[in-house]
Amino acid sequence: MGYKNKKRHVGIIGIGETKFSSHREDVNQPEMIHEAVRRALDDAGLQIDDIDCVVHGNMELFEMVHQADMWHTIGTGAYGKSAFRLTTGGTTGGTLVCGADNLVASGMYDVVMAIGFEKLQEGHTTGGITNMADPLWARKLQSGALTAQAAVKLIAEFGEERARRAAMTYRIIMDKHACKNPNAHRAFHLEWDQIDDLMKHSPPLIGDLRLIHMCSQSDGACAIIFASEKKAREISDTPVWIRDHITIHREETLNLHNNFYPIQTTHRFAAEKLYERNGIENPLEYFDVFEMYDPSAWWGVDWLRDFFLLEGDQHIQMVENHDIMIDGKMPINPSGGVIATNPIGATAMVRVAEAAKQIRGDAGEHQIPGKVEHGLASSFGGTMWTVLTMLEKETNW
Amino acid sequence: MQKDDFSKSYVVEGKLALPYTYFAGRLGSTFLTTIRDQQKIMGVRCNQCSKVFVPPRQTCERCLSDIRENWVTLENTGEVINFTVVREHDKHLPRKTPYILGMIRLDGADTPMVHIIEGVNPESVSEGMRVKAVFAAESEGTILEIDHFIIS
Repeated sequence: MGYKNKKRHVGIIGIGETKFSSHREDVNQPEMIHEAVRRALDDAGLQIDDIDCVVHGNMELFEMVHQADMWHTIGTGAYGKSAFRLTTGGTTGGTLVCGADNLVASGMYDVVMAIGFEKLQEGHTTGGITNMADPLWARKLQSGALTAQAAVKLIAEFGEERARRAAMTYRIIMDKHACKNPNAHRAFHLEWDQIDDLMKHSPPLIGDLRLIHMCSQSDGACAIIFASEKKAREISDTPVWIRDHITIHREETLNLHNNFYPIQTTHRFAAEKLYERNGIENPLEYFDVFEMYDPSAWWGVDWLRDFFLLEGDQHIQMVENHDIMIDGKMPINPSGGVIATNPIGATAMVRVAEAAKQIRGDAGEHQIPGKVEHGLASSFGGTMWTVLTMLEKETNW
Repeated sequence: MQKDDFSKSYVVEGKLALPYTYFAGRLGSTFLTTIRDQQKIMGVRCNQCSKVFVPPRQTCERCLSDIRENWVTLENTGEVINFTVVREHDKHLPRKTPYILGMIRLDGADTPMVHIIEGVNPESVSEGMRVKAVFAAESEGTILEIDHFIIS
């Protein structure tokens, strides 16, 4: 693997999120993006002239627009600056962070702003997703993004009752977190005594995947400002350091590599590699917060096992024991996560932004009560695409 | 929660039709026309890695050897190594739901290919089932030259 240590540390010094919602008829795309840009600049105490380079991204084709980075300049502030566009599907926001981190770490730029956005109400997501498959061999056979595969797997392993209850417990925990986050799109104020009713009566989408389990379609944007260590310490009292990131992906419609590599999810593979090269022996003990890209409650439960390298039913127990709650042993998504808020091109970046806010200690009502020094954020995209990012409060690793 | 104010906010409705052309390339063309004219499924072999790929490709994805000349004829039979059931209907789909999409490894091939599985109901399909290709009655010019695979 071509991984090399960084030339210099890179810190997050500014974070801006819009309020996320189902639609934003009152603003066009560059206007909506500008809300996040303005908040990130204000958060860092910077002017647009202080930014050396802008990295922009969202889901290709989702709004049926092309070269949006160019005509969004009026909202992004990229006029006269170096600018790049990155678009890696669901992981776009995570890749934007990787790109900005690499641009600063390389010494090319001192201050870089990354921007992820989506206005899902403006386009046709299935149209965009269907264009992902190889046009010759897979397009005629492509289905869509919704799948109950994780539900089938969990039920087969742990039985209907335990698996369904774990998924709905996860869902209610995420809603309780979303209710604390003023930027969250959907916060229903679900109560524990609704579990049985929701397990039976939430409208089914596919198999055991019900409407309540699934993420939203959201509009919104996120901007993060990154700086070299010297600049970061000058500008910010609470910079959050990007320790490392890893990207693992696999095309699965043609299943090209299935015969050559062990059958393992890209999540688990990424986690193993990342922890190994950073000397993390027990990720559950090491990390204080994990912002997971969890597109449904079923996936959220299932992927806990992969990301923390767990065996047996440890991941189910974490949910059953409420260890994943904001005041639990391993808080997952104090922001409410992706089920509450999913503006896709921004979603993975919001994971990093939210984990960084937890480390800064200024997340507000959804701040984790205990100490937060080590953060983990994941990104997910199709067909199986993982980006994992490690954040740190100090540079003593 | 505060209600959003969308007054004086005009929404423009529109629709785009997006026709496209995709060039199959010589290998892809041979693969498709051989199925159409001879009802024969061909793959290509990388001698260095000892792997047979289907659908064919010009270079081995591992060692990047040029393997375009190394055609091998595969059996029309194979094994289901994985599957999913498509349950949600959408107008772009090739069948009425529910139907089964499987990863099928043809006898003689090392890589699986995705295709429709028929002859078994979604509740009974399982990994390891044997299948046989059923070719399309009318030429489609796509991977649907094979109409589906049937449980044998």
